[in-house]
Amino acid sequence: MNNWITISCNKNNLKLVRDFVTDFLSPYALPDVLLNQITLAVDEITANVIIHSNKEDDSKFLKLTITPNGDCFLFEIADKGISFDRSEYKEPNVEKFIKEGKKGGVGFALVNRIMDKVEFTSRGSNNICRLYKRVK
Amino acid sequence: MKITNHIREKTITISLDGELDASSSVLLDEELSKPEIMLFSRILIDCENLNYISSAGLGVFISHLQRFEDAQIKLIFFNMQEKVRNVFEILGLDLLMTIVSTYDEAMTVANE
Repeated sequence: MNNWITISCNKNNLKLVRDFVTDFLSPYALPDVLLNQITLAVDEITANVIIHSNKEDDSKFLKLTITPNGDCFLFEIADKGISFDRSEYKEPNVEKFIKEGKKGGVGFALVNRIMDKVEFTSRGSNNICRLYKRVK
Repeated sequence: MKITNHIREKTITISLDGELDASSSVLLDEELSKPEIMLFSRILIDCENLNYISSAGLGVFISHLQRFEDAQIKLIFFNMQEKVRNVFEILGLDLLMTIVSTYDEAMTVANE
């Protein structure tokens, strides 16, 4: 099985990404909750890249690569859209969001809480998000 | 994502079947935005066949909860799979929303 998948920047392709992550990790027999958390974190970053970085332009593409390293996995999501400015990110106050009826803004909090390390790098027009997760 | 409604007097039970992500959550948002939803006093969400939820799906519930509470409409989740409940727990939403195990429990809470 390939350790990478390339998709166009269309929200309908999120399911393909989730299925790829699930299939790739299936030989590792991870607990259901952990497998779902990892899939969710990758899905959240991918959705952000599709919606915010590439404005759902399906002539643009992103690539997800999974690299196992002992009991750790590295997930790299690469694209050429608008880079994510982490300095503008604030941890959400969910109770406040409820009061305000706010619809978005909790995705990156999920990623931060699930993954062991989250990195963003941009060089020229090339952006890479790296997610690290230890599973034992 | 397939959404099915069952109406009994002042209670609407919305059954979710499939995966709620950034793509499919629009359907649920449309369902919960319908004006007639405000005619009910209880909205029960049957999550038995909800296999996945992302922040976009959570966001739909987050965005409607206060409006329902202001109208004294109870929003109650039941039959939630462990992996889906875990996503609510990561953000502490299990403490801010009503999640119970079974339909009977949901009705008990709804009648309180």
